[in-house]
Order: sequence, then structure tokens, then C-alpha cells
Amino acid sequence: MHAIDQKLLRDFRRLWIQALAIALVLACGVAILLTSVGMYKALSDTRSAYYERNRFADVFAHTTRAPLSLLAEIESIDGVQSAEARISDYAILDLPGYARTAVGHIISLPETSDPVLNVPLLVSGRLPAPLNPDEVVVNAPFAQEHGYAPGDSFSANLKGRKRELVIVGTALSPEFIYTIGPGALMPDDAAFGIIWMSERAAAAAFDMTGAFNDVSLSLLAGMQSEPVIDALDTLLEPYGGLGAYGRDTQMSDAFLDAEINQLRGMSVILPPIFFCIAAFLVSMVMGRIIALERSEIGLLKAIGYSNTAICLHYLMLAGLIAVVGVGVGWIAGTLLARSLAAQYAEFFNFPYVIFRVSYWVYALAGLAGLATTSLGAMQAALKAARLAPAIAMQPPAPTRFKRSFIDEGMARMRLAQSTVMILRSLLRWPLRSFLTSLGLALAVASMIAATFINDALDEIVDLAFYQTNRQDAVLLFSEDVPEAAIEDVRNLPGVLQAEGQQHHAAILRHGHLSKRTAVETRRPGSDLSRVLNTQGTQLNVPPGGIVLSERLAEHLDIRPGGQIEVEFLTGRRETYDVTVTELVELYFGLGAYMDLEAMNALFRQAPRVSAINMTMDDNKLDALHAVIKETPRITGIVEMKENRRSFQETIEENILVMNTIYTVVAVLITIGVTYNAARIQLSERARELASLRILGFGRGEVSYILMGEMMLIALVAQPFGWAIGAYIAYLMTNSFTSDLYAIPLVLKPATFTLASLVVLGAAMGSVLIVRQRLDRLNLVSVMKTRE
Amino acid sequence: MPEMIFRTEGITKVYETGEVKVYALAGVDLALYKGELTVLLGPSGSGKSTLLNILGGLDHATDGRVWFGDTELTNMSDRGLTRYRRDHVGFVFQFYNLVPSLTARENVQLVTDVSPDPMPAEEALSLVGLGNRMDHFPSEMSGGEQQRVAIARAIAKRPQILLCDEPTGALDSTTGVQVLEVLRDINERFGTTTVVITHNAEIQRMAHRVIFFQDGRISETRVNETQLSPSEIVW
Repeated sequence: MHAIDQKLLRDFRRLWIQALAIALVLACGVAILLTSVGMYKALSDTRSAYYERNRFADVFAHTTRAPLSLLAEIESIDGVQSAEARISDYAILDLPGYARTAVGHIISLPETSDPVLNVPLLVSGRLPAPLNPDEVVVNAPFAQEHGYAPGDSFSANLKGRKRELVIVGTALSPEFIYTIGPGALMPDDAAFGIIWMSERAAAAAFDMTGAFNDVSLSLLAGMQSEPVIDALDTLLEPYGGLGAYGRDTQMSDAFLDAEINQLRGMSVILPPIFFCIAAFLVSMVMGRIIALERSEIGLLKAIGYSNTAICLHYLMLAGLIAVVGVGVGWIAGTLLARSLAAQYAEFFNFPYVIFRVSYWVYALAGLAGLATTSLGAMQAALKAARLAPAIAMQPPAPTRFKRSFIDEGMARMRLAQSTVMILRSLLRWPLRSFLTSLGLALAVASMIAATFINDALDEIVDLAFYQTNRQDAVLLFSEDVPEAAIEDVRNLPGVLQAEGQQHHAAILRHGHLSKRTAVETRRPGSDLSRVLNTQGTQLNVPPGGIVLSERLAEHLDIRPGGQIEVEFLTGRRETYDVTVTELVELYFGLGAYMDLEAMNALFRQAPRVSAINMTMDDNKLDALHAVIKETPRITGIVEMKENRRSFQETIEENILVMNTIYTVVAVLITIGVTYNAARIQLSERARELASLRILGFGRGEVSYILMGEMMLIALVAQPFGWAIGAYIAYLMTNSFTSDLYAIPLVLKPATFTLASLVVLGAAMGSVLIVRQRLDRLNLVSVMKTRE
Repeated sequence: MPEMIFRTEGITKVYETGEVKVYALAGVDLALYKGELTVLLGPSGSGKSTLLNILGGLDHATDGRVWFGDTELTNMSDRGLTRYRRDHVGFVFQFYNLVPSLTARENVQLVTDVSPDPMPAEEALSLVGLGNRMDHFPSEMSGGEQQRVAIARAIAKRPQILLCDEPTGALDSTTGVQVLEVLRDINERFGTTTVVITHNAEIQRMAHRVIFFQDGRISETRVNETQLSPSEIVW
């Protein structure tokens, strides 16, 4: 090994704590880049492959009942590649050994051929025999949840007829990667299953012989979906079409898309922050090393080392830091990706998982890490290369300080000299002070951006489950029932309260903007499912008016007082102009609300309801479920309690992981920045501080100067950190917001306090470690040598 | 005979570097007297600076005892030594050791802020002839001026002893003489006991007492009946 390489290794060993502090910040960037880009690629590639192999449709539509003969017309719509008509409906399931009511989404399979679109992928067993009406295939997660295997059976209430169904296979489908039941807010694989049966059996069960109520289309390559959707709507309108939609509003794909977008956002926003901090730290440390090794550089040059060799020597020192950072980042990133993959496996049902991060992502993250440190070290390395040997071997000129107006101010305040020293040093290197402060501000910001989610989710839970949806469960009917049904429900065992509600599929239009959604109606003063205004008080929609959620209003670009056109896709399918009376805040879905009485008048119908909200006596749940399972016309039950529990469980788990990761990240950034900055200060000021000790200053007084400066920088960083954190939180709420859900920006003082405490604590800890070196400072030797 | 201010009894200082033991001081018995200007002479490594550091409370002796007046410094705690330096000792070094971020006045105020009975910083600077350069930063001053600031900083607390380690080592002869004039002036005006380490044998002619060092021991002590003024010294 060459002597200069020996020097390199020894320097690295001597600097190992500083190097490690930087390497860990770099590792954060590498790990997050690896995880986000890796998972983003894995998820989107897996999705594309799955969609392509199993021919996931591009356009979907539901009708009340359309003749099969219409299919040929649909197929001939311009741009349609293929179309498949199906029978699709919901049924209450009675599962042996399962007291709760489960809901099945029944989908027909073509009788004579294999499915053309949305092809289920068999996990076990076989497809149902066309002529055997009792054979079904169920989705694998549902089977797994109940321990079902081919040969097991359960019963289902199909349009009032209870039938025993035999499982002959389990499957997965690109339509149900994210499987969520009607009206539910969270996936629940035990209470909701997908059931494929032969077309003949489904037609018989739902009275659909020669007809269909669900159609999927695939489009020719490069074809836009909007014209096809319009044409399909026109064709289906006479048959009770509920509005066709593209993949973007297909529930499973929309959730998957939201997740993929989040990963993409994460890969773009976070890693650059870490890389920038790491580059800054490398630049700061390398600059100092070169200042200290000035005479050695001069000596090397005098011996005959070339400028390039010296430049490379220092770049390689930075390179060693990169090697450690990238290595740690790879390991952490692999673990993080694995845990994320496990989370996806829980939420998303993919048949094959390409949740392995590709080698090129490792290479990319590694290169990014290497480039970062090289860039950070470049200026210092070039400076070393440019030093003329004769000049390098002389001591550097003393640092120049100049008086400025700030000095007048300091003089007037009669500050202690040690405080003046702190302030002058901050002002003498404003860029360094600023960047150090910015680094710490980013640490604060990363804590805030992670922890504000706690309060945001608390707010969501509070509003969604305690303020608006206060019912224990919602009963859904296959079609609207007379309002008298509420009384019947009230008489069911264990039901304490029951209130009715209508849902109508509709298209809302304002100018050229439109949105397909459901309009909900309820009676004034409803207690269980309430509409709240922004002040949190209950809102009764005035007859003739409509109340919109803020996100829907934003989508339609409408304000209270404006008029929108509502095209109902149910009942008489009439279109009305309605005035928007108020906007409400809503975190799940895009809500639109009208008065139930007014709606009945508008539809010219006797009072009806499509869903009943109820509260229940927990002790009589089994009896209640037993009755519901036997009741025809009920197609589903949404247990809000179960939703709430599952929601809270999920977020608590995720938040604990998230908070831990981001706290570690914030602490690592803080240590990286503070430790290095304090070490450099100590090195620059050793002589000065030793002089003070000799003049009779105590350890405490001297460390005040070192710690005071660092902690002042850390304090100044706090408000910036709060502002940046609040801004990142704002960006995050924006990027998380979709038609499916919204995350409110809830920023509580406790969030800021916690972030500041963690960062200030970590900064204090780092400075205290450096302070120990100050205590060990050998006064005599420091004074002897001249830098 | 003037009052004794420092007394040492057989002090040794051993530096252990790896396997090797280096005797910087090998049993020094010494007495210094109040108001005197003493010059310590000797080649490099003869133990002058080590002795100065021990007298100034910067270092502990390996063996032997040291008294400052009636106070024994030998086993004093770090805190006690800090207190001792703060209240009684002024230091002047070869490389000035000014704080670059403080002006001349502020460098002196560093000391006056923490001393029990200091003179105003302005007065100290005037004494060393820098009354008109008080608001300059070190980077704006010549070497001689910086050293005079260092002296002003050392005397501003009205120390009983002034310890100077090669105060003219980094200066040319003209500025060197100016600095020595200041030291002598302080010694005469305030009766501050002054110890000056130097390589320059000529400087001994301005001292009351000259102590020669060789191999960690005192080889000779000489008392000058008359002292030359620094301007009469030629080097």
C-alpha cells in the first residue's frame, strides 16, 4: 500500500465519529431512495404485469338490467377492443362458525368460454362447472380468513333464497387488489368476500336470464376513455345505467394509485433533503481538514505529488464516507422495503409479488450517495490541489473580522465578551451558520411532517366516527324500501335506534366540470348519521338545496349560492338545477347531501329509504346477526365499530413505525449536523478557548462559548423548522388527498414542542460529547503549536 | 531582601511518551522575589517553559512542591488553579493568542470582566501605547501591536505575577524592544513580579535576576546589580 493511502486510512480512522455521523445522514437518503423508488417501481411494475396478464378492463359500468343483445352494440363503440357483460350483485352470507354477517360480492363467469376481461387467477382448485349452480370460487384472502379450502361450503341469501354454495376454488383478481365492501371505510376480508359463480347460476339467482347489469370494456391502445364512457352512458341510459367510469375511479385501482403516488412523492421530496445535508456536512468537514493539513499538503507537493493526486486523495476520503453511508443505507433500505412490502402484502392482494428492489435501484442509490459526497468534497479538494506549496507551508493569515453596525448594537447592549465572541463568529461565517441552522431546521421539519399525522388521523377518527357517523352499523338494501322498514328494523333484537337514509347515484355538473358521486339524503335532525358544518354543529339541508363537501365543491369550482346541475341516475333519471347552500368538511369520499323529504317530492315517490343506520346492544349482537342473515332484501351490513377498530388499529401500527423512523431520522440529522459543526468549531477555536482557560476562565465559561454558539444556532433553527415542517405537512395533505379520502392539516403546539425537544435534546447531547474533548484539552500543548 | 513570592522544592516533571520517559524537570529548587524581573535562559528543552507552566498553574509537577506566597499549588484542584490564574497570574505568549473575533479593547475586557479589581481596558491599552488602536481587530494589527494587546490583557487584572514565554520570539528587534520597554515599565510602575523566558541572552541585562537552565536543572543563578534599559540592549 502506498504511504498516501496509509494516510487516507489513518485519517479516516481518526475521523471515524464525524465520518459516521455524516454517513448516517447519507444512509437515510440512500435508504429512503431505495425504499421509495424500489417500492414504487415494484408496485407499479407488478400492477402493470398483473393488469396485462389478467386483462384488467379500462372502463366499467353498472345498470339495473340490460339485455345481452346490447353487448354487440357496446362492442362496436369506437375504440373498444373487447367487452364483457356480467351479472354482479351483493348477497348476505351465512358462514358456519361466524356469528357476524358477511357480505358477498357475486360476479358471474361466462358459461361457454373463459372470461375475456378481469380474468380471475386461480390460486387453488378449479372454476365452477357451468352446469352446477352451487359451485363457486371465492377470493383467496376471504378463504384464508375463514380457513376455507375447495370442498368447504357456506350459505348465501340470494334475493331471498338461501342457498348452500360449495367452494371449488380460490382466486385473485386484478379488480380486487384492494378489496373493500360497499359502504365500508376499511378492507375487512372476513366480512367481505368476492364470489364467482357460473353465469347460468347467477342469472337464475338474480333473475337476469338473457340480461346483464355489469359491463367492462377494454380499449384499443392509445384510445382515450372519455368518448367511450360517453357513448356507453348513452347506450345504457334506457336500462338504468349508473354512469360509466374509467380505471381512475375504480375502487381498487384508485387506492393502489394513491399509494403509488405517495411513494413517488416520497422518492422525489425526501432523499434530496438528506443528500443536500450530507453534501453540506462533507464540505464543512473536508474544508476544515484541508485547513488543518495545509502544511502537509505543502509538504506532499514539495515532495512531488501532483495536484491531481492530492485532489483525489481528499476525494477518496469523502468516498470512504460515501461507502459507509451507502452500505448502511442499503441495509436499512432493504429492511425498510421488506417491512413496507409486508404491509402491502397485508393490504393489497397480488398473486405474485415482485416486491424485490431491483439491482439498478441499489446502483442508483449508491451512485447518488457517491455523487453527493464527491460534490460536497469537491470545493475543498480543488482548494487543496490549487494551494501553492510555498504558501501552503506557511501558517494561514488570521481570520479577518470587521466592525459593522451590529457591533454598535452589541456594544450598546453591554454583552459579555464571550457572548460577543459567539455572535461575531455566527456573523463572520453567515453562510455556514445559515446552512447549519437550515440542517437543524430540516430535522425539526421532518419530525413535524411525520408526527402531525397523529393529530390529523385523530381528527379524522373523531369527525368520521364520533361526530358524523355515530351509528354502530348500516343496513344496505338491494333496492329502496318503504320508510316503514325503519320500524321493522327497530323491532329487530338488540336494535336501540334506527334512522333511514337514501343514496342516489348522480352526476353533478357545473359548467364543463362534472363528477359522478352519490347524493345522500336524510331527515332533518337525524342523530346517527349527521352532516356537520365547518363549526362542527349539525346541519339540516334546506329543502331544494344541496350541501357539498369542500373537495367536491373545489372539484366543481362552485361556492355556496351557486347553482349546479344534478343528473340522477336512479328513479326517473331526471336532471335538476340545485343551489349549493353550504360546504362541509369531509375526510372520506366526496359527499353531497339533500333533504329526504324534498327528495321524495322531487322523485314524486312515497317515502323510501335505501339504507338504515342503527345503534345496537352489544349483548344481543349474535341474535341480531342471526336475524339479518335470514332477512331477504338486505344486501349488506357495514359495521362501523369494526371499521373504526380496524382503522385505528391500522393507523396506530403504521404511525408507530412512521414516528419511530422519523424520530430516528431527525436525531441522525441533528447529530450529523451538530456534532460535526461543534467538532469543527472546537478545532478552529482550540487555541482561543485554551487562551481563555489560561486567562482564568473556568471549564463552564469556556464551554459556554462552544455550546452557546451551537445551541444558539439550534434555537434559531426552531422557528424555521416549524415553518418548513408546517409547509411539508401542507404539501403532504395535498398529495394524500384524492377522491377517496383527505387528510386535514392539523398542527397542534404539542407537535412543534415535541419536534423541538427531540432536536434540541439531540443537539445538546452531541455538543456535550464534544464538550468532553474540550475538558480534556491540553492547555500547554495547544498553546505551544501554531496552526 | 525582598519578600519571596515563589518557592519550589525538588520539582520534577516527567513526560511519558510510549515507552520513553522524558525528564523535562529533574529536581528544581527555586526562589523568586516580589517585584523582581527575572529572566530564565537556556537552550530548547532545558525545562524553562515547563517550569513556567507549573508556576502559572497550567500544569502539575510529577514530584516536588510549589508555593505561591503561603499557598501551596502542588496538589491544587483544577478549579483552584483556574481561580489562581484568574486572580493572580498574567500570561504573555510568543504567539499572542488573541481572540480574533474580538477587538483589542474587547480582548482586554475578556479579563477585566472576570477579575476582582481590574483597571479599565482603556487604561491597560494606553499603558502599552495602544490608546489609539483600541477598536481594531487582531487581523488589523502588526505583530508587535498584537503582542502589546496581549500584555495589556495580562496586566489589566493587576496581577501579582506576569509570566512571559518568549514574548519577543516572533518579533523583529525594533518591535521586540518596544515590547520589552512595556514589560519593564509595568514592572517598575506596579512592582509586578515578572518572569521572562527567552532564547536571547542579551535580554538578561535588563533583569534583576537571571536563572540559567540546562537539562531540566538550574545550572546557575545570577543577580544583576544594575539593569540596562531595553533600548540599550543590542541584538
